[in-house]
Order: sequence, then C-alpha cells, then structure tokens
Amino acid sequence: MSLLTFFTWCESSAIGESIRDSRWLFPVIESLHLLGLAVIGGSVLVVNLSLLGLGLGRRSVTQLWHDVQPWFAGSLAVMLASGFLLFTSEAVKLYYHEAFWVKMTALFLSIVFTSTVQRRTALAGPDDVSTMRSRAVGAISMLLWTLVGVGGRWIGFS
Amino acid sequence: MSLLAFCHWLENTPGSVALHESIWVYPIVESVHVLTLCVFLGLTLMLDLRLLGAVLQSTPVSQILRRFMPWTVAGFAVMVVSGALLFYAIPVKTYLNIFFRFKVAFLLIAGLNVSIFQATAARTLARWDLDAMPPLGARLAGGLSLALWAAIVVCGRMIAYNWFDQQTALVP
Repeated sequence: MSLLTFFTWCESSAIGESIRDSRWLFPVIESLHLLGLAVIGGSVLVVNLSLLGLGLGRRSVTQLWHDVQPWFAGSLAVMLASGFLLFTSEAVKLYYHEAFWVKMTALFLSIVFTSTVQRRTALAGPDDVSTMRSRAVGAISMLLWTLVGVGGRWIGFS
Repeated sequence: MSLLAFCHWLENTPGSVALHESIWVYPIVESVHVLTLCVFLGLTLMLDLRLLGAVLQSTPVSQILRRFMPWTVAGFAVMVVSGALLFYAIPVKTYLNIFFRFKVAFLLIAGLNVSIFQATAARTLARWDLDAMPPLGARLAGGLSLALWAAIVVCGRMIAYNWFDQQTALVP
C-alpha cells in the first residue's frame, strides 16, 4: 500500500469523517493539542536550558531528566494521539503540504535525538560530559523541537 | 467613548489596517504568539506542578523561581506584545467575541491568583521551600493557575470561531 493510499484511507475512515463533519470536534482536539504543547514545551525547555548552562544549571540535568520524564512522555502521548486525530480529518491535503513533511521529519529526528544522544548526555552526569557537548546537545534539541513547532503552525496556513 | 467605539476607532487607524491586510506579518505575529506558549506557559506549568508537589520535588521552590522566572517573564512579555498586536489587527470582531471576553476575564483572575499567592503563601516560602509537598495555600495557587491557564489557552484558540457573536451584524 502506498503512503497516499493510506492517507486516503485515513481521511475516509469513520474517525476522519466525524471530525471533518463536526463543527466543534476539530477545535476541541486542537485545543488539547495546544495544552499538550505547553506541557511538552515546559519539560523540553527545563532540560535544555539546564544543558545549555542556563536554568538550573548543568549539574542538575540528571535529576531534572528523571523528574520531567513522566511529563514529557505523557504530553508526547497526548500530542501524538491528538495530532493523529487532526491528521485523519485532512490527511490527503497534508500529503501535498510541505510543512507537514517538514514537521514529521523534525518530529522523528527530535524523538530519536532525545531518546539516544540527549538521554545519554543527561544520564551521564556533568563530570563525564564536556561543557561543549552538553551545550551542543541542548542547542540541537532546542532547534529540532522548534522546527516541529514552526512546521506545525505552518500547517495551519494553507 | 465606549469600548466598542474605541475598537471602531482603533480598527481604522493605518497601523491596524496594515497589520490586518498584511500577507506575512499577521501570520508571523500569530505564530510567535502560539509558539512562545511553550516558553511562558511551559515554564509556568512547571512551577505550578512544583507547587502541587507533582514535579521537581527535590528542587527548592525558590531555586525554580529564581532560575526560571527571567525566562517566564521574557516569554510573558512576548505573549503580551504579540497578543496586543493580534487584537490591534482585528479589534471590533475580537472585542465582540465571547471567547475573547472569557479569556480576558480568566487572565485577570490568573493575575489576581498570583497576587494572592505573593501576599500569602510566598511570604512564608523559607519555611516550606524544601518540602516535596508545599502547604495547602501554595497547592491551591498552583492548581488554580493550572486550571485558569488551560481555560485561557482553550478560549484563545476559540477566538478564531465566531459561533456566539451574532450581534456583530447589529453593529453599525
């Protein structure tokens, strides 16, 4: 099955159709998506500011990572679920929208980067990680997540 | 001059017209407003959750306040300026929008909540700074803030819809 076939199937599914036909379902799901954005933004920012030597500082990153982990994972789940629902309502339009692909690529890279490089850096503890590496990881993570957000906002302009 | 008359006057100023008719500036301001949500609200939620004893329990509240407040305040400044510009671009329709009115009301209550927190629980911060579970007053402030900001976000999103402002048609 090609990707376009899958997108078409999503759009014509009962879920996609009910969201499209409802006046309030789309904005309500989108509001949920925005609330998730605030939580995920907060948890990403708390860790990254500290990796950059700002916020609570590099020495606290390992503890911070453990502390915000459930909030990060929870809000990511909310984002993915609500995002998928929004997607089903206009999947074919999104297939032809470059912002959607920018966002999905950035999202994939963000999740991979966070769960590999950033995770290892955060858990290694400040003494085993150079300031340079810690700053670079924080900056790359900020860039990737910002790209996800900008791509997402841009989907709305079409 | 009534508020509505003021909005009508504002809407006819050259700056408002230019912003409203711009191809790029308006969407950019709107994007800045939405994405700065991560900075301002993200960090505010983290503080609220700390006050509720739900996150960063081993970090002193005073340290979270001191280290993150500059970023929160900067984010808030961007939210206020970009939000004001969004209103300036479409004053009359926004003023008549029920969700906008709710949003403003909730914003005022959120401000009041901060003032009450600062006048009460925050005064004794030194006594519960290290507590994983702050006292009831602080938890109330944190919980109320969470609820209010969630409502503010939802109302903000809904301003895009004119479901309940039929009275627009009656305005000259």
